[in-house]
Amino acid sequence: MDTIAAICTALSPSGIGIIRISGEEAITIADKIFKGADKKKLKESDSHTIHYGHIVDGNEIVDEVLVMLMKAPRSYTMEDVVEIDCHGGILVLKKVFNLLIENGCRPSEPGEFTKRAFLNGRIDLTSAEAVMDLISSKSEMARKNSVSMLNGKMYELIKNLREEILYYIAKIEAALDDPEHMSLDGFEEELQEKINNIQEKINQLIKSYDSGKILKEGINTAIVGKPNAGKSSILNMILNEERAIVTEIKGTTRDTLEESYDIGGITLNLIDTAGIHESDDVVEKIGIERAKSAIEKADLVLYVADSSTETDVFDDQIISLIDGKKSICLLNKSDLQRETTKQELNAHFEGCLIKPVILYTSAKNGEGKEELFEMIKEMFFAGEISFNDEIMVSNLRQKNDLVIASDSLKKVSESIENSMPEDFLSIDLMSAYAALGEIIGEEVSDDLVDKIFSEFCMGK
Amino acid sequence: MENNRNNLTIETDVCVIGAGHAGCEAALACARLGLNTVIFTVSIESIALMPCNPNVGGTSKGHLVRELDALGGEMGKNIDKTFIQSKMLNLSKGPAVHSLRAQADKANYSHEMRETLENQENLTIKQGEVCEILFDEDGDNKIIKGVRIFTGTTYLCKAVIICSGTYLNARCLCGEAITYTGPNGLQAATYLSESLNAMGVTLRRFKTGTPARMDKRSLDFSKMEEQKGDERIIPFSFSTNPDDIQKDQVSCYLTYTNEETHKIIKANLDRSPIYAGIIEGTGPRYCPSIEDKVVKFADKERHQVFIEPEGLYTNEMYVGGMSSSLPEDVQLAMYRTVPGLENCKIVRNAYAIEYDCLTPGHLTLSLEIKGVSGLFSAGQFNGSSGYEEAAAQGLIAGINAARKIQGKEPVILDRSEAYIGVLIDDLVTKENLEPYRMMTSRAEYRLLLRQDNADFRLRKIGYEVGLVTKEQYDYVLYKDEKITAEVDRLKNTFVGSATKNQEYLESLGSAPLRTGTSLAELLCRPEITYENLSFFDKEREPLSEDIIEQVCIRIKYEGYIERQERQVAAFKKMEKKLIPDDINYDDVSSLRLEARQKLKLFRPLSVGQASRISGVTPADVSVLLIYLASIGK
Repeated sequence: MDTIAAICTALSPSGIGIIRISGEEAITIADKIFKGADKKKLKESDSHTIHYGHIVDGNEIVDEVLVMLMKAPRSYTMEDVVEIDCHGGILVLKKVFNLLIENGCRPSEPGEFTKRAFLNGRIDLTSAEAVMDLISSKSEMARKNSVSMLNGKMYELIKNLREEILYYIAKIEAALDDPEHMSLDGFEEELQEKINNIQEKINQLIKSYDSGKILKEGINTAIVGKPNAGKSSILNMILNEERAIVTEIKGTTRDTLEESYDIGGITLNLIDTAGIHESDDVVEKIGIERAKSAIEKADLVLYVADSSTETDVFDDQIISLIDGKKSICLLNKSDLQRETTKQELNAHFEGCLIKPVILYTSAKNGEGKEELFEMIKEMFFAGEISFNDEIMVSNLRQKNDLVIASDSLKKVSESIENSMPEDFLSIDLMSAYAALGEIIGEEVSDDLVDKIFSEFCMGK
Repeated sequence: MENNRNNLTIETDVCVIGAGHAGCEAALACARLGLNTVIFTVSIESIALMPCNPNVGGTSKGHLVRELDALGGEMGKNIDKTFIQSKMLNLSKGPAVHSLRAQADKANYSHEMRETLENQENLTIKQGEVCEILFDEDGDNKIIKGVRIFTGTTYLCKAVIICSGTYLNARCLCGEAITYTGPNGLQAATYLSESLNAMGVTLRRFKTGTPARMDKRSLDFSKMEEQKGDERIIPFSFSTNPDDIQKDQVSCYLTYTNEETHKIIKANLDRSPIYAGIIEGTGPRYCPSIEDKVVKFADKERHQVFIEPEGLYTNEMYVGGMSSSLPEDVQLAMYRTVPGLENCKIVRNAYAIEYDCLTPGHLTLSLEIKGVSGLFSAGQFNGSSGYEEAAAQGLIAGINAARKIQGKEPVILDRSEAYIGVLIDDLVTKENLEPYRMMTSRAEYRLLLRQDNADFRLRKIGYEVGLVTKEQYDYVLYKDEKITAEVDRLKNTFVGSATKNQEYLESLGSAPLRTGTSLAELLCRPEITYENLSFFDKEREPLSEDIIEQVCIRIKYEGYIERQERQVAAFKKMEKKLIPDDINYDDVSSLRLEARQKLKLFRPLSVGQASRISGVTPADVSVLLIYLASIGK
């Protein structure tokens, strides 16, 4: 089996991060980027030993690390396994991981280490069943994630690039299958120009992944609650500005609003959502659906309840939506006459997986604001909330796929330069098409044949 | 039939239903492998009939014929005997897509094949319609017992191969005129569908069509472009000596439709049975009727029309590119707008034909039908289209029926071994919604599946099966040895930068040499041919054309070939992970519902095959892999 790598620790700003590599080439690849203090190659070292040294990129030292060596079959996956303990924080961790990928590792799929452990006979049937569930749910989730995290613009961009590539493959293939009806005269110049164009766009995307996107990512924080509980006011309180429109009419926030705010070095991506309740208003309904999806994507939920009114069935509905999510409950409008107390609200969380902390806040006079910030920081540094590392992996995988696509297009250009016949061009065009498909979660399947028939008039 | 008192019973080993291109190959394979075989046809005159285009081969189809020949099939030999024009297509493209196509003398093709069948030991030809398939039941499984024909006679046998083509419940449409006949007005087979349904083998309707045939004397060829055959003819069969088949060839002609043609078609669309909704069958996208072309590609100003002879001793000309189911008056008006066809007389009208064929999910990779031991099928009955596709399946079905009776493992070619493997895997694994035509774009490992190396890929299998002689197989071994030695020699023979060498290269428009370069490296330059190398390589041993061709391909495309071989290695891994026959997909927790249903329907043999079923995602494949490991497979 090929060699896989993954960042095993959550991508939080804790000091140590662990990267694990498994597979036939694990030790060879590690040796390419690890320089041991004792100058000894890992390949020549005994199993189950720890090595101190540096990860290097050419001559440049990337990080000071400890490397653990576990040779097959005495490892979790029963393959050769290398674990690298990095010390330089998230960016360095990511850099080391990228080096491994450049040297021949593949980013692992969700649950893949466990899958290998099972396939190689390391864990038993009961564990295996759990893993099956994990894989089917996780890869579905990863797929959703990787698609959802692409913003609409980027998704469109990749989709369009794919469409263009497919058109050219189909054109070549149609001409190969029906040479008497279709000619490819002068096609190469046209294709070369197109390839340059597409490749440039892909390379720009690759750059955007390299430029420390991780720092921008931050913690996705959804603000949810019933209409008029004061969600938008809380957003304004955190931001210290009048960002969201606040009125006393229920349902003013019809869509989600997004803002970033930095508290003591931690970036919060704040998402203000429409109030969750029953609505016949179409626009508002869409807003509510978006609120639900914002909860799904969030790393942290701020649930805003109104202390000046009594709780009702919609509060329970919201509570069930946020169950299992890391959340903080803000009992807002503490400046008004209190109708709901912490204890009363707490009772609604009976039977939930996680019981959130409840704070009294007043968006009007700023009560609870500092307390909220302290709590978020505390949770973050305790590792209770973190970046969604699933997304990070998808992120790296996407970059990897972009590199494959770009390399494939380079090969097409080389083939054109060497005057290779057209059928050789479609081989690498197809690889580029497949790699871009991985990013947006679409497979190759029968696209090509359909495209040929829809675009070109074939046959007898 | 109830009152029929004929109770004649005949015993044999194999019954082949239908004597088209699939049936002929199936029957010959069984007989040649030593089994007593009876081949049934509704009419002896229709053996190896070519009811549509008058040619064999073409892109990717030529590959099928080559492969079939390497395995020991008959089609390649038969077209070598009966072609009247031959052409290698795509010569300006890479070697993987070079494709041989020959125009056949249809009557002669049919006649030669009939003679081969008639003279084949162990083979009996019987004119008669098979009405019923007889079987025993053993629990859930059915076991083939024989067939009964319309006269009431029973043939007891161990295997049946259905090659019914377009005959099952056939219906021909020409505008408003509908007949319940098979192709060319031949009798349709109207009983077999019911018998199959009763066995739980379900059928669906497909549609295909054919253009008009015209009287040569009514056409003006001076208004068309003449299309000649190749100067040097390359045979289809690996056992035909090229020198034996060089001969005078006839020409085809090219002309075009125009706006006037399209206007007439558009004005009469309401009279086309397809657009009027009378045709229920699904038609193929790759050979659309002229109505379809005009509607779907409305911005195209003209479409090509190929006028091809149907044989040496007939005036009939095939009008390629203009198949249609419009009524006769519209047909004539539309054809007469085309340059050269202004005064055309139609001998046979264009028509569409509808027929019963197998629904997806019944077939296995050996071409045996699930749940009915000993029942095999091939050709259009399996949802394919084309003479070559049919013949290729016929051969495999014949081989596997024989092997089943002889207690041997079936021959299954995979997607990395042959176009035949791609063809059968697609028919078995995919829910094709139209008649399936082979295309080079369907073969993932096209670079390895060339028509020029079909003998390297498949002669060995043909030899082991028993349809290829030792002498034929030994020639492949000899050739391989010669090629390997020559490739090696070219890689290790170096050329210096002497002035005369530089001058020679300059005269070829090639860059000068810096240091010692191997002959192989020189050959990799696009402008340098093997012939050119002789300048530097005076002493070389003369080699035959076919060996030189292989040497050049192996050297020039080495990098690409290696990449494709790596892809194949990854592919094979998944193909080797077999799924047990008795797997219960309900036991595999975590499979998504759609995947579970599809897996139950298609029951793939391997994880690789499972991954190609539409609706089975990579996550489902992982789940399946883990389940298989957990049950110790």
